[in-house]
Amino acid sequence: MAASSPTPMEDVIRRKITETLNPISLQIYNDSHKHAHHAPMQGVTSKETHFRLEIVSEAFEKQTQMARHRSIYALLKDEMSEEGGIHALQLKTRTPKEAGEQVAYKLAKAEEKAEKDHRRRSLES
Amino acid sequence: MSLFTRSLLRATTRPAFTPTTPRLLPRLLARYLSDSTRAAIDNAIATSPVVLFMKGTPEFPQCGFSRASIQVLGLQGVDPQKFTAFNVLEDDELRQGIKEYSSWPTIPQLYVNKEFVGGCDILMSMHSSGELSELFEKAGVLAPSEEAEPTSSEAAEAEKKDSTKAE
Repeated sequence: MAASSPTPMEDVIRRKITETLNPISLQIYNDSHKHAHHAPMQGVTSKETHFRLEIVSEAFEKQTQMARHRSIYALLKDEMSEEGGIHALQLKTRTPKEAGEQVAYKLAKAEEKAEKDHRRRSLES
Repeated sequence: MSLFTRSLLRATTRPAFTPTTPRLLPRLLARYLSDSTRAAIDNAIATSPVVLFMKGTPEFPQCGFSRASIQVLGLQGVDPQKFTAFNVLEDDELRQGIKEYSSWPTIPQLYVNKEFVGGCDILMSMHSSGELSELFEKAGVLAPSEEAEPTSSEAAEAEKKDSTKAE
């Protein structure tokens, strides 16, 4: 089953992160196609070289960003060091609280803008 | 090792910190990172207050993440006089060595006053949160602001010219 998966690397990433960090949200983006023409990718046949991960987990609580990134790098050490493995890994690591604050901030901004638009429109009319 | 040095060693070691293999860690590290490479990187991070290990050069970055990091340093207003970039693509020893040195598997890597700050993602998030400008300001590595750029004598000179013109 696993051998026939079209995305073996993504599967490994998902499994390891899910097992270790028990994330409440995990987004895995495969950006490999955007980098396929880069010089270091010459001769690499893997379609899974560049990933972007957005992880929200309680496990990041009381950890610095550096510590969070290091723990992900440690989890994926083998995948990152093997020939033709993961070449680039972008990470966004947040706690549920931090993710919530960002959502709240965006909502507040959107509300502010809507209010401004409304006021402008009522002035114009 | 003579009996004398051994007892001396023991005397300087706190009893709580005498595991059976006290030298294991340095020896393991040495296997991956030679003393000469380590010394070379020690020197490299001391060349300037702000040091970036990147792929390519600031003028011609060879990787999008290195390019983005250079752009952030520019936006932050880091003083070019206080900045040095090292192109890891020019030196494979540095390219592998810096990863072990920082315990960080990717490039770019930023050092400020010999302290490892992080990679591209950390730089970006510190940039948008304001932590980065705080860090740079504390480190005293920002270029003087543009209003303050002409020195007082230059400003006086310019004023003199203006006043002569007016006459």
